[in-house]
Amino acid sequence: MIYADADSQHHAPQTFITKYVWSQDHKVIAVQYASTAILVGLVGLVLSNLMRLQIGFPGVFAFINAERYYQFVTMHGMIMVIYLLTALFLGGFGNYLIPLMVGARDMVFPYMNMLSFWVYLLSVIVLMASFFVPGGPTGAGWTLYPPAAILPGSPGFEWGIILMLVSLLIFIVATTMGGLNYVTTVLQARCEGMTLLRMPLSVWGIFVATILALLAFPALFVSGVMMLLDKTLHTSFFMPAVVSLGQVTNYKGGSPLLFQHLFWFFGHPEVYIVALPAFGIVSDLISVHARKAIFGYRTMVWAIVVIGGLSFVVWAHHMFVSGMNPWFGFFFATSTLIIAVPTAIKVYNWVLTLWRGDIHLTVPMLFTLAFILTFLSGGLTGLFLGNVSVDIPLSGTYFVVAHFHMVMGVAPLLVVFGGIYHWFPKVTGRMLDDRLGQFHFWVTFIGTYLIYFPMHYLGVLGMPRRYYNYEHYQFIPASAYTLNAFITVVALTVGVAQLVYVYNLVWSTFRGQKADANPWRAASLEWATPNTPPVHGNWGARLPVVYRWAYAYSVPGAPKDFIAQDAPPEAGGQEPEPYERPKEAPA
Amino acid sequence: MNAAVLMPGATGSAAASRALDTGLWVFIGVASTLFGLFLTAYVMRMDGADWSTIALPPQLWLSSGLLLGGSVLLQRASAAAKGARWPAVQTLLLAGGACAMAFIGVQLWAWQSLLAARVMLASNPAASFFYVLTALHGLHVLGGLIAWAATMPMVSQPSDPAGVARRVALCARYWHFLLAVWVVLFAALGWLTPDVVRFICGRG
Repeated sequence: MIYADADSQHHAPQTFITKYVWSQDHKVIAVQYASTAILVGLVGLVLSNLMRLQIGFPGVFAFINAERYYQFVTMHGMIMVIYLLTALFLGGFGNYLIPLMVGARDMVFPYMNMLSFWVYLLSVIVLMASFFVPGGPTGAGWTLYPPAAILPGSPGFEWGIILMLVSLLIFIVATTMGGLNYVTTVLQARCEGMTLLRMPLSVWGIFVATILALLAFPALFVSGVMMLLDKTLHTSFFMPAVVSLGQVTNYKGGSPLLFQHLFWFFGHPEVYIVALPAFGIVSDLISVHARKAIFGYRTMVWAIVVIGGLSFVVWAHHMFVSGMNPWFGFFFATSTLIIAVPTAIKVYNWVLTLWRGDIHLTVPMLFTLAFILTFLSGGLTGLFLGNVSVDIPLSGTYFVVAHFHMVMGVAPLLVVFGGIYHWFPKVTGRMLDDRLGQFHFWVTFIGTYLIYFPMHYLGVLGMPRRYYNYEHYQFIPASAYTLNAFITVVALTVGVAQLVYVYNLVWSTFRGQKADANPWRAASLEWATPNTPPVHGNWGARLPVVYRWAYAYSVPGAPKDFIAQDAPPEAGGQEPEPYERPKEAPA
Repeated sequence: MNAAVLMPGATGSAAASRALDTGLWVFIGVASTLFGLFLTAYVMRMDGADWSTIALPPQLWLSSGLLLGGSVLLQRASAAAKGARWPAVQTLLLAGGACAMAFIGVQLWAWQSLLAARVMLASNPAASFFYVLTALHGLHVLGGLIAWAATMPMVSQPSDPAGVARRVALCARYWHFLLAVWVVLFAALGWLTPDVVRFICGRG
């Protein structure tokens, strides 16, 4: 046993508690993260449907008053972006895939990894507790802009906002603990032969996204701490001198714009914290299900890195309407448009990978193809909004709602689904039901387009977002109300269809068809574990040795249409470069 | 490519040490970002009309000296650990940790003196930043003391001398980081005034 193998210290847990509850095994922690994220995501889904009931049928549901509507909006946004997508991609996929894909036995700091999950769970509990405190959860909008967020007039201004901020701070602690693990594991625990440029793009995406998270979440932490102090101890970091509901407050001189800068310095990289893992996973899924090497692997890696870097210099495009020096507007518009270049490279490479591929329209592949289309449409409307002169009239409308839901709501969720359908056999040893999967895909894919495409139209009509009630506005034509009712019906249908997915997950975990060790005939390392599902320590007595990248598909002359990463050198397909074992390495 | 990972013959202990080494650098990167963003906010908030600079309490010079002393002592402890001079390591490590604890005590004394001068958390933004930044730095010192407390028992009878020496070196590195952050914070809180910022930003 060589090559950073600490297996001699690796004793499998024996009791139920240490195996499944206080587990330090990255696979169990991944499932814990994913299950919690999916559960809290279902809450977010219900909230969105409640919102849609009000928008589609205003006044029909008496319990949805203005206060509750804004609480639903706020909690839906925060839950979906932070507690579902971030947690699922980094805590769920990151935890499961990184050690298996780089040939490690576990994360390098398993105890801290375990703490990361439990602290994340605590943040979710604190967030959910805000539904039960006097005044309910905050309704300040997911951006929590001061001064409104902490003053009377915003729902949940007393306890809801405090719990939201505390929950976010706890979440950031959890993310940091997890992130330290993911980065260090990639850098220090790869198996022999697993050079950085042999890592699957899923690992690259999660790795760079984690670095983004480690650098961006501190901005949210800083703004969270300062806002919490403004709320509880009456400092004036963000709070200007303000008269609230006729009462003079003690605040003075604070800068709400400072909060916006800090928030979006986190908020924009957050888009890529969600998108980069999705990019990586999609690349791997396309390659496997099209039986073709990913086109332009190195370019894909560099595109991920460049996008990650650029994501830190575009934040103020979220603030064009806040007012800024025109030169700043020019700078941020330009940097925003530049980020489209590496992103477009990725889209081209995905399409070129599909070109003349042996495309298998499996459920994971369907979700992958749907992602490319959805990300493309959402990304293209981003080009509109990146321009100051176009953004200003559109920024308060449903055009923006359509844009960000397509690009960072639906698109990453399609990847989440695709990824789960793809790796479920490895996680559980059973296949997800294919017919239910097909049903889930088509309803979700067509449904989300029926929901969000019309919203672009509503936005161009000038229909404002964030309003509780759209009645009696003369500039909104009657057709918009019909369209809103239609969108609501579709949203409810898509919402219910997710229950089919949840049923499929639960049923297949226990009753699904038994899976082969490598049902998709994939070349990457996670499919080469001696056991399916992998046991504690992942690799049995010996760590794998890697001789090639994860994309050796349809190699000419090879007996099968894929060559596993750990197949001996004689099997061929040694890209991106041949690997020769050091002479001193044991056989 | 990370050569260390592919180095034949690496033992479990060496791999764990390398992981700790990298993990600490990553953490230092995250914590630096956190303090950097707080300082950015500090500078941006200075633009407000209600800003008034506060006189820093003199105790901060003493606390700075203590942190500097702790850093030097831990560096010497690390050097002694590499030379396997374990009794010296024990003494130096103990003294370095004591300096950090004394630092926390003196910072609290500085707080008390400011409060006695009626400089409260919400009195003005400069005071707010002072309390928040010193508290945040103090929390990082306390975190370091937890790692220090975990390392202390290892140095009396080290079963894995190389591994323990690496842990002491990591403690020393973290103490240097704490010192560097404090020096920047102290300088910013004491001498970075709205006039200086305006001069740097070209609006002086």
